[in-house]
Amino acid sequence: MFSRPENAKMYWKELMHQCTEIGFGSLGIVAIISVFIGAVSTIQTAYQLVSPLIPPSTIAHIVRDTVILEFAPTLVCIVLAGVAGSRIASELGNMRVSEQIDALEIMGINTKTYLILPKIIAALLMIPLLVAIAMALGIWGGRLAGVASGIIPGSVYDKGLLEFFVPFNVIFALIKAYVFAFIISSVPAFYGYYVKGGALEIGKASTKAVVVSCILILIADYILSAMLLPSAQ
Amino acid sequence: MIEVKNIKKVFGDKTIIEDVSSVMKAGQCNLIIGASGSGKTVLMKCMVGLFEPNEGEVLYSGESFTAMTGSDKTEIRKQIGMLFQGSALFDSQTVEQNVMFPLNMFTKDSYKEKLRRVNEVLERVNLVGANKKFPSEVSGCMKKRVALARAIVLNPKYLFCDEPNSGLDPQTSLVIDRLIKEITIEYNITTVINTHDMNSVMEIGNSILYMYQGNKEWEGTNKEIIFSKNERLNEFIFASQFLQDAKDMRMLEETGKISGDRNMEELLDKDAPILIPPPNEE
Repeated sequence: MFSRPENAKMYWKELMHQCTEIGFGSLGIVAIISVFIGAVSTIQTAYQLVSPLIPPSTIAHIVRDTVILEFAPTLVCIVLAGVAGSRIASELGNMRVSEQIDALEIMGINTKTYLILPKIIAALLMIPLLVAIAMALGIWGGRLAGVASGIIPGSVYDKGLLEFFVPFNVIFALIKAYVFAFIISSVPAFYGYYVKGGALEIGKASTKAVVVSCILILIADYILSAMLLPSAQ
Repeated sequence: MIEVKNIKKVFGDKTIIEDVSSVMKAGQCNLIIGASGSGKTVLMKCMVGLFEPNEGEVLYSGESFTAMTGSDKTEIRKQIGMLFQGSALFDSQTVEQNVMFPLNMFTKDSYKEKLRRVNEVLERVNLVGANKKFPSEVSGCMKKRVALARAIVLNPKYLFCDEPNSGLDPQTSLVIDRLIKEITIEYNITTVINTHDMNSVMEIGNSILYMYQGNKEWEGTNKEIIFSKNERLNEFIFASQFLQDAKDMRMLEETGKISGDRNMEELLDKDAPILIPPPNEE
């Protein structure tokens, strides 16, 4: 399927371009979603913790763990499946329909290596980074909402963040991020690359790519949780 | 020279082209003509390797392209330039970047050398000063010329043009046709053109292959096509009565007769302002 690059410099350039598109192109939406997820988590956790026996710092570690374990990797990747996935599918679909892929093939370029591989590598490099940023922003958003609404003082929140911290949770989240990154880049690339027809089919392929990616992310999320989290074994 | 031997291509249970053979000579414009759906594009895609023929082979300068392995095919493909029906320019790149793309991919030249070559081919296709424009900012004719510049930038031995005149007005079509012909002669390229534009056929068709429902129906030159007795070919090229009149006027001039059972008086009563120029005239 993939072969040795004709000119490594051109492939590097394409990889950098895709890193910019997938990474920086999605940074804004990831930041907004993360901050609000953290904020809402703090408010809703506080709402459910009504017992005076539970210390307020519990809110912080519940927010921390839900953001790290689920919200940052899964929710952010589902959003990225929509943002980056649809872009990949429509870009390749448009190139297929307008014969740009045929033009590259005739030049003697392996189009799968030149067009798909840089997207997959870029996603594998950038999406875990975005997930790591989402974790930090999510936790910060929770603090911001907690302090702003008077639910929990900042110092108590910070103290709670350090309680019962399990470093494996971060590794688990990053493993999920790598798996999801592969799904987000390869599934839309497949649907875009093999599109047949015109503009209507590009739209359909793009939608299908996003739907299939989201379903695969949820299935992979369940399988990874069942396999890797000690309490599930 | 490109040789096509007994090519057959089947999609599902439908045979698209059957037993087509032909020889495309170097330094000539070799035209494949035929109605829409006659298999012209499929034949061309089999020739450039975008489709794998079910039977038969394609030979480039005597070497079987069909039997080649991946890396050998890549070497041949580097000698091929193709002008697509929709130009197939990279939307996100400027005119200059589009034309420079094959140079970036396949040469180790410095940027200065590549730029010099890009400007040279852009000048050759009469596109000076359009370097920094994007494909969306240029006209259909300019897009075709950019695509042609990109196709010839690596000095290809073979040039394929899929309906180079589609979507262009007759005058602009003529500009593109003449440009392709000039480049073909200048660089001694084997040029293969898919078209159903009769103006192109008469203007640049050194060698013509007429396809009918996936089969080779007729082969000859633009000098022979007008006088061909092949009924299907005549139906195709003289689809308009106007052209039929022009043909009969021409026959009348040259032989004193007109074709079939047509009435000479009726023909002479008509205003027949266009006469297809005799083949030896410019």
